[in-house]
Amino acid sequence: MLLSMEHLRKEYPNGKIAVDDFNLEVDRGEFIAFIGTSGSGKTTTMRMINRMLNQTSGTIKINGKDISKMDPVKLRRSIGYVIQNTGLMPHMTIQENIEMVPKLLGWSKEKREEQAHKMIALAQLPDEMLQRYPGELSGGQQQRIGVVRALAADQELILMDEPFGALDPITRESLQDLVKHLQRDLGKTFIFVTHDMDEALNLSTKVVIMSQGKQVQVDTPENILRHPANEFVTNLIGEERLIRAQPNILTVSQIMLTNPAAITPDKTLEDAIEQMHERRVDTLLVTDKDNVLQGFVDLDDINRIADAHTPVSRFTQDRVFYVKANALIGDTVDRILKKGVKNVPVVDEDKHLVGIVTRTALVDIVYDALHGAPDANEKPASPINADIHAAATREGGEMPQ
Amino acid sequence: MMHFLATYGTQLLSKTGQHLLISAAALGLGVIVAVPLGILLTRMKHGANLVMSLAGVLQTIPAMALLAMMIPIFGIGSTPAIVALFIYSLLPILRNTYLGMQGVSPTVRDAAKGMGMTWWQMMTQAEIPLAAPVIMSGIRLSATYVIAWATLASYIGAGGLGDFIFNGLNLYRSDLILGGSIPVILLALLVDYLLGKVERAVMPKPLR
Ligand SMILES: Nc1ncnc2c1ncn2[C@@H]1O[C@H](COP(=O)(O)OP(=O)(O)OP(=O)(O)O)[C@@H](O)[C@H]1O
Ligand SMILES: [Mg+2]
Repeated sequence: MLLSMEHLRKEYPNGKIAVDDFNLEVDRGEFIAFIGTSGSGKTTTMRMINRMLNQTSGTIKINGKDISKMDPVKLRRSIGYVIQNTGLMPHMTIQENIEMVPKLLGWSKEKREEQAHKMIALAQLPDEMLQRYPGELSGGQQQRIGVVRALAADQELILMDEPFGALDPITRESLQDLVKHLQRDLGKTFIFVTHDMDEALNLSTKVVIMSQGKQVQVDTPENILRHPANEFVTNLIGEERLIRAQPNILTVSQIMLTNPAAITPDKTLEDAIEQMHERRVDTLLVTDKDNVLQGFVDLDDINRIADAHTPVSRFTQDRVFYVKANALIGDTVDRILKKGVKNVPVVDEDKHLVGIVTRTALVDIVYDALHGAPDANEKPASPINADIHAAATREGGEMPQ
Repeated sequence: MMHFLATYGTQLLSKTGQHLLISAAALGLGVIVAVPLGILLTRMKHGANLVMSLAGVLQTIPAMALLAMMIPIFGIGSTPAIVALFIYSLLPILRNTYLGMQGVSPTVRDAAKGMGMTWWQMMTQAEIPLAAPVIMSGIRLSATYVIAWATLASYIGAGGLGDFIFNGLNLYRSDLILGGSIPVILLALLVDYLLGKVERAVMPKPLR
């Protein structure tokens, strides 16, 4: 555990309770995103971590050590910090700005200079810019310097308060890639405040959704998309995004029908035809007595056989295409659609038959994910969407049809 | 003119020296006291206004009266003069230091602290450098005041260029009055010019 926050509470002198009973455990190498409405206490929470603010009550521990017992100056030097409004020193050159923390930490001049060159490259800005002053840079360029300044001293934990707010989409994406790389490949830990839901969902290992000083939901991006805790979260994520995300969060089991028409191999042709008639289908899945999928029988094949007492096993086709119940739709949809089959049997880990997916249900989901619901504001957009949405918000939900 | 210089040349030099010395001492003391006090005031929630108006009141005491009030405490000579001029120098420096420090953007202060600067490092590496031009212009203003008022110091026996002027007044000698006044004016202009240079020098490069 790198960082733990327990029952944190912050009441400002004016009586405003900005953070109330905040709890969070952060492992090394995690990427935590704070997201929430303006004034929900994100900055306040973040600033308690490096003691820019002292909590009213509760404890924060870093590597098991209570930070209220640490020297705040040393603590701050050990944590990278990108402040909300960039905060470059206007009277220092870009190089001096980048070297600030390394200098405070007593790095040698050569090492600092080397790091400054490395950091300006990381910010994707020309090396000559090191000699300029912040006032001579554009807002976006300043923000990039603000980000790399927080990385310059190579700290393990980095706090970022809306670091990419003023950036164009291309620069923003490349900086997002950069921090993601630092987290995933170098094991740095990030705590990150953003107003951009896509950014939060794409970058983080854990999202903390805040409203009015309280945590509304703390979970992985997948789980938040799958089970938004309440309407506030749903609204924050946006209907549109929930629909788009479906292929990547819905599993096959959540959209399958659970009573597939099936028959055992020891039954006769007569039985098969009767069951097809009853269920009004032209194929039957064949399972053994333990419900393990064996293959299927097709009405066309049956027609060619005269004897009504022939066992089903004689004309079972064993080359059957099936999918696993816990597979993500996004991962299987291509294969299913390419096969051109109407229905695909769904099996569990031991190949027991558990359901069937129809091509229509799949197509609907894929279509919505690609193009958005017909009108995302007007919910439910179509009966099928409504069902899928219901399925998405209910654990193991089935799709009634 | 030549005649005046020939007669009073050496005296003029020594009086100018005295004048400068008194002014510099008063101004130096003023800087030593008012700059830290001004910084301190920005750290206090209350009291800034009180101290500032107190300094304002001191400023309004007529110079002659202030000098006279020094005599019972410090006797006569340059000490009471320096103290009185020091009191006059306080307000402009105090006010500008206070305003200059207040003018440092909270974001900058926040960033300096957030990067892990100690209080002293924040002061010397961020806030004071950024407030320096405003503080310097306060010091510059004080300097001109002090040089002008140092003329009155002669009244309590502190010497300086005021000696010429007071003698001139007593003896109805306009050459002595001018001989004292013109150097005071030149001195004030020169010091103002030089401190203006300093002000520019301490200004952070990108703000020049
Ligand atoms: N110094 C302060 N004194 C009193 N109240 C404050 C102070 N700082 C913040 N607040 C209040 O505390 C609440 C939380 O503020 P905070 O800055 O943590 O919000 P935030 O989630 O970061 O918002 P934003 O997204 O706008 O940056 C707000 O209601 C704010 O008005
Ligand atoms: Mg904020």
